Amino acid sequence: MGRLTIGPQDTILPHSLVDDSMDNECLAELRGVSKRFGKIRALDGLDLQVQPGELLALLGPNGAGKTTAISIPLGLAAPDSGVARLCDRRQIGVMMQEVALTDELRVHEHIDLVASYYPAPLTVAAAMEMTHTTAIANRPYGKLSGGQKRQAQFAMAICGRPKLLFLDEPTAGLDVQARQTLWDTLGELVRSGTAVVLTTHYLEEAEALADHVAVLTKGRLIASGTVSEIRAVVGRKRISCVSTLAAEQIGTWPGVDSVDRDRRQLHITARDAEDVVRRLLAADGQLQELEVRRAGLAEAFTELTQEACS
Amino acid sequence: MKRRVLHAYLTEAKYESLRMLRAPSFAVPFLLIPVMVYLLMGVVFFGAALRHDPKAAIGVFAGLTVFGMMGPGMFGFGVAVAMEREHGYLKLRRALPAPRAGYFVAKMCMAMLFNAIIMVTMIAAALWVARLPLGWTQMASLAGINIVGALPFCAIGLFIGVLVSGSASPGFVNLVYLPMMWLSGLFIPLPKSLAGAAPVWPAYHLLQLSLGALGQPAAGSAMMHAAVLAGVTLALFAAAVERLARAGGG
Repeated sequence: MGRLTIGPQDTILPHSLVDDSMDNECLAELRGVSKRFGKIRALDGLDLQVQPGELLALLGPNGAGKTTAISIPLGLAAPDSGVARLCDRRQIGVMMQEVALTDELRVHEHIDLVASYYPAPLTVAAAMEMTHTTAIANRPYGKLSGGQKRQAQFAMAICGRPKLLFLDEPTAGLDVQARQTLWDTLGELVRSGTAVVLTTHYLEEAEALADHVAVLTKGRLIASGTVSEIRAVVGRKRISCVSTLAAEQIGTWPGVDSVDRDRRQLHITARDAEDVVRRLLAADGQLQELEVRRAGLAEAFTELTQEACS
Repeated sequence: MKRRVLHAYLTEAKYESLRMLRAPSFAVPFLLIPVMVYLLMGVVFFGAALRHDPKAAIGVFAGLTVFGMMGPGMFGFGVAVAMEREHGYLKLRRALPAPRAGYFVAKMCMAMLFNAIIMVTMIAAALWVARLPLGWTQMASLAGINIVGALPFCAIGLFIGVLVSGSASPGFVNLVYLPMMWLSGLFIPLPKSLAGAAPVWPAYHLLQLSLGALGQPAAGSAMMHAAVLAGVTLALFAAAVERLARAGGG
């Protein structure tokens, strides 16, 4: 399991919780971090690390703990246990998921305000050009659509020339074109050495952008690796059919992960769906209502969670 | 202070003022109502009587200038802080390298700018419409005292803003604003039964300082009034900032 680490250190926890052994190259780090909100365990011993120029996608269903995982290094929530570290705050940019900004200020004014917090920011014009927000520069924030608001927030996040960007569900509410534009800009930033931590529940977003994916469920890191490694785990397919074949028998076939019977229906989860379908058709000439579909991310997470617990 | 940090403070103050000036629900009532009420009370309704009683005319003017100072601070802090806290803006600010005090300083500057505008309009109305027998020095002194003396209203607003939700904040601010307006003796001399309790309101102390600046008799010593106003400001600011930090919002 990787660790979330992010540059030179800016302590965000009581000193007693700080471990000075953090790699200096590291920009942010969570080490064994747990956090509860009342009865809900938001994070459970999470280790993560972010290196310069890396794009780390925190992937998981709603309520997985993704937002908490970035809130803690940002100092917005204190961990119950564990260590969190963050580089100099003047080197980070942030785009939060749920934030309402002043309706009366125009987009370029919001960017100018945030840029004033940084030692060597981009010009407002450059930040808008980079994020394709020039067309909405003079629009009051309150008159923007939901997607345009996210674009404006993205411009605010990058205007300080951050070494590390935290983006919480950055493309939620964006149309396809705006999402692609944001991805392109992120790609440019990463190529120029900016590290990015983004949370998402879109597998394709992680696939399009990330060097490293960390899958969270119920506050636990259940899978961590490259995109292709994660895709292999969640690349299973779901086969449904009406058949008289015994579930136990199918369960022994290669490429089959699990089989359930629901009255006449068989539900098979398989890594190698094509071979399994061929074998099913060969074994049962009366087979009906065959349906094959890609396991959704939610199902993949469920499987990963079950595997993690088994 | 480093140039960059000063730039951040100034930028924040500029945009806080700009956005409040652009918000009609805030700017229109707070900039217009004080001078309108003054013109109604000091000129239209009681102008004839007050022309023969300069002391009462100056008293009405002083009271209404203090009334004008209350709104921008109390509502500009109270409602805005509650809303921004609730809507995650304070959290975002905390994640960014924004100067921590910049948020409060910007709101104070905004309230002082609004109060300066209110004072200019009211002084213009007093000198050119009501024709009060007052000099520019007295007016400048009154404006200075009122603009700085409005800081306790900012502190009261901030304290309410960190305690209550955004939707409840206007109600809670009014719960202090309205009684203070009436029970500080700003509009009319209070009956004896109520006059004894007037010093519990910061507006009463600012009124005494304002009357003094205009050469009118005032109760108590100026030092005592200034100390009360400073004490209320510091105590409530400190309590509010501490509460905000504890709640993870500031």
